[in-house]
Amino acid sequence: MKRRWNWPIWVGFVVVVAGVFSYEFFARLPITRDFPWANFLLFGIGIALLIAGLFRAFGRPQVYRGKIFGSIFSAITVLVIAFFSYEIFYALRQVPASDGAPRVGQKAPDFLLLDQNGKPVGLGDLLSNSKGVVVIFYRGFW
Amino acid sequence: MRSFQRRLSEFEARGVRVVGISVDPPEINRRQSQKQGYTFPLLSDPKTKIIRRYDVLHPGAGPKGGDIARPAEFLLDSNGIVRWVNLTDNIAVRARPEQVLDALNQLSPAGQ
Repeated sequence: MKRRWNWPIWVGFVVVVAGVFSYEFFARLPITRDFPWANFLLFGIGIALLIAGLFRAFGRPQVYRGKIFGSIFSAITVLVIAFFSYEIFYALRQVPASDGAPRVGQKAPDFLLLDQNGKPVGLGDLLSNSKGVVVIFYRGFW
Repeated sequence: MRSFQRRLSEFEARGVRVVGISVDPPEINRRQSQKQGYTFPLLSDPKTKIIRRYDVLHPGAGPKGGDIARPAEFLLDSNGIVRWVNLTDNIAVRARPEQVLDALNQLSPAGQ
């Protein structure tokens, strides 16, 4: 007798994959920008579905398919979420201390660098005729 | 950067300039400015001379293990004195323009 399709395993896995690939999208939204809780929510939903599917596959194997691919999908899910968590909770937080950075009350170091049009721009130029300057160091677009 | 561009007029209204600094060469900065519509200067520090002078170097964090700048934001007054600093401990969390505008408001209340 043909066994039935075990849909929670497939849907759960798709939700986990969506949780990974939606990182860039959620990183742009104000409410999910600083911490990717929406992605972890998707992981949670995906895991719940996978577990439900595994219970079906192993609990009633004569009715439902999915013992083999359910196990494979679950293993991939664990690895994917472990890697994602490592990035979010560890790798992104490995920022140098910058103890020598200019502090409040100190004079900011001067600079003279080329802008996007190849024109030299110095701190003095920016300070003249202005009430202040916001200097933003960023990682770059490479 | 996009968020600072979006609220650039509020900085301009206060007479405050915005400038970005990274290791990217001017060609990349020009392309990014055109693509994203940045109208403030993006300055190029490929040898990380100024980045080191500000002690905001992130060694080996770039592509192929190159040195790049870590995210950091400084608000300077008209004399070039630092009045507010943000040194994040998470690369994904950077200063928002509203934080800098708040700092500006506290330093010089509106209407002056």
